[in-house]
Amino acid sequence: MIPPRHSYLEASARARLAGILDAGTFREFCGPRARQTSPHLPALGMPVAFDDGIVVGEGRIDGRPVLIAAQEGGFMGGAIGEVHGAKLAGLIERALDIRPDAVVLLLDSGGVRLHEANAGLIAMGEIQRAVFDARAAGIALVAVIGGRNGCYGGTSIVARSCDVIIASEEGRLSISGPEVIEAVEGIEEFDARDRALVWRTMGAKHRRLIGEIDILVRDDIDAFRDAIAGHIGDSRPMDLDALEAEHARLVDRLSRFRDAADGRDVWARLGVNDPDRVSDIEADEFNALVDALEGARR
Amino acid sequence: MTEPSSTERLIAAMFDAAEIERTGDLVTGEGRLDGRSISIIGTTDRTYIGADVAVAMARCVLDIVRDKPGQPILIIVDNSGHRLGRWDELMGNNGCIAHLTKCLYAARRRGHRVIGLVNELAVSAGFMALGMATDACYALPGAEVRVMALGAMARVTKVPLDRLTELCATSPVLGPGVENFMRVGAIAGVWSGDLAGHLRVALAERPEPGDDRRRLGHERGGRTAALDVATRVRAGA
Repeated sequence: MIPPRHSYLEASARARLAGILDAGTFREFCGPRARQTSPHLPALGMPVAFDDGIVVGEGRIDGRPVLIAAQEGGFMGGAIGEVHGAKLAGLIERALDIRPDAVVLLLDSGGVRLHEANAGLIAMGEIQRAVFDARAAGIALVAVIGGRNGCYGGTSIVARSCDVIIASEEGRLSISGPEVIEAVEGIEEFDARDRALVWRTMGAKHRRLIGEIDILVRDDIDAFRDAIAGHIGDSRPMDLDALEAEHARLVDRLSRFRDAADGRDVWARLGVNDPDRVSDIEADEFNALVDALEGARR
Repeated sequence: MTEPSSTERLIAAMFDAAEIERTGDLVTGEGRLDGRSISIIGTTDRTYIGADVAVAMARCVLDIVRDKPGQPILIIVDNSGHRLGRWDELMGNNGCIAHLTKCLYAARRRGHRVIGLVNELAVSAGFMALGMATDACYALPGAEVRVMALGAMARVTKVPLDRLTELCATSPVLGPGVENFMRVGAIAGVWSGDLAGHLRVALAERPEPGDDRRRLGHERGGRTAALDVATRVRAGA
């Protein structure tokens, strides 16, 4: 019997939190009752949300204390404005005071909220600084991607500043959205309507194959929960040796795939026998493929 | 001989002496001020921060940390943002930029004073990668800092350009400009006139123990909510 799936993609931020945390353990900070709405959206005639599109608080996963944030992709595309950004930064900074076993960020965001652009951009810098400070204190930062908006703009840089990234097949991780590249550089550079091209360039499978994300799961809240539970306390060093190792990996990638025009070229060079099938296979088969490739490399 | 770029002219004007090398749009080297050496990492010609540029700059930071422990680093920021292109996204430019910021963070943790100075332009992820990853970031009076030009912002947000322009007159969170980024706390100050004098003062300042940009943004009236909200959330309220 196949267990029922609860789609992470389709779930709201609050439903994701409920599915990931131990039942009854969540305590929200600055929640909707505080009515901490954006001070900037009304002037633009835009609706506000009582939580400004992000839920932050603390709870437990497998009994272990975590701080957790969930961006609500249904409000302003999960984009980061002044209040939203301050909630996220404040949450991560709290890790220095209470030393949880992990800080979990459920990211679902197009990046900076343009309606309050400058406050959103500086918030990105503060969030990233807070991530590094928490990591330097030995606290594990776990980024999770699998929502409708993917993880774009400054949020994509924040995600890669964390210790671990977990994503579903539906997850996307990139700075620029396809539409922006097409609008600025032309359809020859990027055809945003070519969804297969979008997945091959920015999708989680490509990111897993080149080593930009750590874990790929199927689109199921329980699968996400189990993957997150497996990385509570997984703090990774950010010392000079670790930075040099990361540097060597990136230099190798840029030189090895210098003339790659498409994700399929990259995958073929990584040893994938049938690159055309990668987009179609399920998470389990995909992970077996990645294990085989990484085993062969070792 | 090609004409020296504005970044090279800026370095020549600021330091008693400087030895710099230009590779593409990357300008790196060392300047002398009051008998003291300062590492310089900069870009010029409003370059785009592609994966290659980000990784090359990270290399410079790691070399300085290894070979010149504790030496101050001046980052001269001049970019049009991250490179918008298929190859750079395919390679994971966000990871390359995150790596660069990690290296700058590591330098700061190891006692390097890291000062940013926006020369001509800093855009969005290019400002995040460089300007916001410093101890303090300053700007020249003629510099521009922005997330997006107003015309493009009007198209994306579907708010009419007239309305956006009107709002920019009163709201520091919306429009481009060094003044606005000062008010939200992202730019510490503007360097006009005696550049060496400004650098001297910036180098002498002790880095704040925590991130003081929210407090700056609050004091300067650019961000009225962020300090209070973050403080409450940090307290678990």
